[in-house]
Amino acid sequence: MTPGLIDRFKNGLWYENPGLVQLLGLCPLLAVTSTFVNGVGLGIATLSVLVLSNALVSATRRWIRSEIRIPIYVLIIASLVTCTELIFKAWFPALDRSLGIFIPLIVTNCAIVARAEIFASRNPVGSSIVDGLVMGVGFALLLMAIGAFRELVAMGWLLAVLPPGAFFTLALAIAAKNVIDRRQRENRDDTLPRQSRLTNR
Amino acid sequence: MSVIDIPVLKSGITLAAIAAICTALVATTFELTDDRIAANEQAWLEQSLRPVLAGLSFDSGISDSMLTIPAPHELPGTDDAVIYRVYSGASPVAALFVVSARDGYAGPIRLLVGIDVDSTVTGVHVLAHRETPGLGDGIEAVKSDWARQFTGRSLGDPATSGWRIRRDGGEFDQLTGASVTPRAIVKAVKETLQYFDANRVAIFAAAADSREGGAE
Repeated sequence: MTPGLIDRFKNGLWYENPGLVQLLGLCPLLAVTSTFVNGVGLGIATLSVLVLSNALVSATRRWIRSEIRIPIYVLIIASLVTCTELIFKAWFPALDRSLGIFIPLIVTNCAIVARAEIFASRNPVGSSIVDGLVMGVGFALLLMAIGAFRELVAMGWLLAVLPPGAFFTLALAIAAKNVIDRRQRENRDDTLPRQSRLTNR
Repeated sequence: MSVIDIPVLKSGITLAAIAAICTALVATTFELTDDRIAANEQAWLEQSLRPVLAGLSFDSGISDSMLTIPAPHELPGTDDAVIYRVYSGASPVAALFVVSARDGYAGPIRLLVGIDVDSTVTGVHVLAHRETPGLGDGIEAVKSDWARQFTGRSLGDPATSGWRIRRDGGEFDQLTGASVTPRAIVKAVKETLQYFDANRVAIFAAAADSREGGAE
């Protein structure tokens, strides 16, 4: 039942991409992607929080009763985000100034608590780290792609870096993904259409 | 203790233990990064003050000489103003004011105004604003040279009646398509100069005190 490493990467980057398919973490995704550098910064910060929170949630899963699991996820994620913020302030001050409030707000990114609940709380540590890695990379690449696209388009069309541009860009990205998926499905009509396996169980 | 309490107690202990671990994690990270963060903030402050320090010779750590003037005060702006005092040895060189021009087109404009000990403006630099992109944002040093025209000016140059934009009969350039923003800044710079003239002794006396206090 456990998919291979390559399949898991395909899931994280494409079939179950947190931003494009699960539509999680849209608040930071829409708000900070006005430039490529911002996308890289927030992408790396989210990726590291996601990997570490998956690892910690998975490592403690045997002692955590299900009634108190949510406060514990919140505790773990909030501490990791605070540490990430301090590290950014210490080593990447310019990036920290341009991302501003969105680093502390990673704590509200539902992609992270979703992976803790759906995957890390039911799987061994190694597997959870891989899950955090693939989902985080999928999210980070989407942030970078949208950031790069908006920054380029803004040279001719200022609206792209303003808030509406974020919505248009994300809509275009999701539409493009759906078109590509449909083409692929039509090309391989004999195989079953690939279902999103959000629950992974 | 009833039977029902035992799982609750267990949950409580688990929560407390994990909270303690998380707190330790944050505390350790804070300890490791604290010095670097303080140094970064210091460097950022000195870098922000640099635009109005050109041509001055000084030897002091600028951020040590900070003086906060709580609102209400006679400087422009309704929020707290900050003065950084700069000196060479024991003699005052300049005072750098962080003030707000109240009547911008879209809210207050945070300004850094440098004034040397002879009451001449060493530079005006916009720290934060919400003016219209493409029109009022020409006040930013990266967008245009507009703010440079204040450098070297003082209350006698031009005379008080000339401390207006050209459209109002003064000597200062406006920006194409925007006169509210430049008008607000000219007024704020003028008021800062007037405050400096009226309070020069007090400003630098306070500075000398805090310097001696710091040396003890």
